[in-house]
Amino acid sequence: MLRKIRGMVITGAAGLLGMGLTITAAAAVSEISGAGATFPYPIYAKWAEAYARSTGVKLNYQSIGSGGGIKQITEKTVDFGASDMPLKPEDLDKGGLMQFPTVIGGDVPVVNLKGISPGQLKFTGAVLADIYLGKITKWNDAALTTLNPEVNLPDSRITVVHRADGSGTTFIWTNYLSKVSPEWKTSVGDGTSVAWPVGVGGKGNEGVSSYVQRINGAIGYVEYAYVLQNKMTYAQVQNREGSFVSPSSGAFQAAAAGADWETAPGMYLVLTDAPGKDSWPIAGATFILMHKQQAKPEVARAVLDFFAWAYQNGGDMAAHLDYVPLPDVVVKLIEKKWQESIKGADGKSVWVAAN
Amino acid sequence: MVKGGQWGDKLPQPALSRLDHVALFLMTLAIRPSIFTPPSAKKSLPDRLFRAGTGFMAFLVFMSVLAILVSLWMGAWPALHKFGFRFLTGTDWNPVTSEFGALVAIYGTLVSTAVAMFIAVPLSFGIALFITELSPRWLKRPVGTAIELLAAIPSIIYGMWGLFVFAPLFADHVQPWVTDHFAGVPLLGALFDGPPMGIGMFTAGLILAIMITPFITAVMRDVFDLVPAVLKESAYGLGATTAEVVLKVVLPYTKIGVIGGIMLGLGRALGETMAVTFVIGNAHHLHVSLFEPGTTISATLANEFTEAVGPIYTSSLMALGLILFLITFIVLALAQLLILHTSRPRLSTA
Repeated sequence: MLRKIRGMVITGAAGLLGMGLTITAAAAVSEISGAGATFPYPIYAKWAEAYARSTGVKLNYQSIGSGGGIKQITEKTVDFGASDMPLKPEDLDKGGLMQFPTVIGGDVPVVNLKGISPGQLKFTGAVLADIYLGKITKWNDAALTTLNPEVNLPDSRITVVHRADGSGTTFIWTNYLSKVSPEWKTSVGDGTSVAWPVGVGGKGNEGVSSYVQRINGAIGYVEYAYVLQNKMTYAQVQNREGSFVSPSSGAFQAAAAGADWETAPGMYLVLTDAPGKDSWPIAGATFILMHKQQAKPEVARAVLDFFAWAYQNGGDMAAHLDYVPLPDVVVKLIEKKWQESIKGADGKSVWVAAN
Repeated sequence: MVKGGQWGDKLPQPALSRLDHVALFLMTLAIRPSIFTPPSAKKSLPDRLFRAGTGFMAFLVFMSVLAILVSLWMGAWPALHKFGFRFLTGTDWNPVTSEFGALVAIYGTLVSTAVAMFIAVPLSFGIALFITELSPRWLKRPVGTAIELLAAIPSIIYGMWGLFVFAPLFADHVQPWVTDHFAGVPLLGALFDGPPMGIGMFTAGLILAIMITPFITAVMRDVFDLVPAVLKESAYGLGATTAEVVLKVVLPYTKIGVIGGIMLGLGRALGETMAVTFVIGNAHHLHVSLFEPGTTISATLANEFTEAVGPIYTSSLMALGLILFLITFIVLALAQLLILHTSRPRLSTA
């Protein structure tokens, strides 16, 4: 008798379980998950909220940092990873991954000098590198006064402020310095965190900006959006074509449009020192990482649908949060890459462009 | 009038003497004969369950410590294996070339803690003495409550206060003066040289001192309160000054408690993370000057763990964690030794 009841219970449970499985398989994907970079988290959250309202598909994004994002997508615990630093093509191949940019950000040098207004001070890449190398230590150094003849620079020491935590912001900054200064490239290099020759470290953009605002004669670098929101004293930087530009969303878009995404293997492209007369030289995109081979094509499809929707409808939301949306040409190219490289087990493209 | 050491030597014991232990044991027997019954025999089920339950909880503590140690060791192994002893003595911290050394962080941890103890111990001692011995009765409560409130403030608030309020004031008004006046003085000149930023090892130590003072003070006050009034009164009756009473009656009587309080503060200072991260400057450079930025083990971990990419980087951070664990362990062990050392001779005189 007892055994019989137990048997009934087991079959009943198995039946229920089976039903549950068929239900989930039949229904459309209702939740996608991602993890990684903290810098784009506000805009991903904003997009996710609007997307859930219009389609009912929820995005669960954990902003655990780029390193964690790369780890989680490699272990396939999330549907997509997010990184502020693009992975090198060989690392992508090793993990069977592909990457694409979502929004553009960039670094802006900010200073704390009495009587200097935003945009007044001018830097070249080489001068910024020498300051961060500790070779230029005074604000009235000849290199600075010749660049800024109309500004009265004080005889005070420069305090260099950098990020203490690893971050995509640091990657863009050091990548730029490596491109404009051979000495920086050989003695320091680029990365999400580096061995800084001089200076003090603040945690996060807010840490750097509060250090800069507290210390007289300080220079630091922060995310563009952060400069806008906190009305910091930014400086102009000379770009590759020799013109001095102020940071603006137009200057960031110019840097993205001038870049050659088409031929860059694995879309590994850092927008630093980009060509173009109006280009801001210290820009970079934030990236999404996905597996090329998808065991569950419907999930991958849902993820790509989300980003396609975001490219199309999310530009204003991005601009509102002071991110710079990608130019349309780049979006077209990204969608082409999706179709080419993300495949299901049957070898068919997971995502097909509408037109 | 009173010769040094005399009072302390002849005081009754705060800790139980051997005789007391025997007396207590006999008393327990009288009340609870069950202490003689072996654990297996004839105990009621709830009793045994209770015993097993609490035993399990105690065991859990032990196991967690062991598990933490083992997992730290496993996580740290790749870095320790790669760098070997060099990890302890190296000053490089270069994520680009994957060269890591812990010396800067260890140095920063020890120096900021030392600065904190240097300030906090005398300060706490003074506060505790004032509350217990010298303060008018109506003032005891408010000061005591204020100290306890200070202890309840989250550390990040101290960090923010340090960065936004203290650092600018310190940089503008104190630091230049100190640097100028100590310049040329051997040792001190080197210690207080550097740019007036308000951020650095000294500020970190000072913030730590403010944070741990309430803990040390609270313990000291409680143990000072335990000194029997009759002892102090007899000392006063013999004509001892307040200072003599404190140094020769109160302190010897409460030695163990005072050391315990200091160790509590020390442990907290060693591991404090957020407040230090705010004000220490987070730079992996070794400087003699206390006005230069530095870093500590816990600040490095808090800053760098999220974005540490690559096995050696993560493993090096784990190794830092292991070192902090060991430093704390050594400090606690030394404290225990110190307590044993100070209490043993007195036990034998009983």
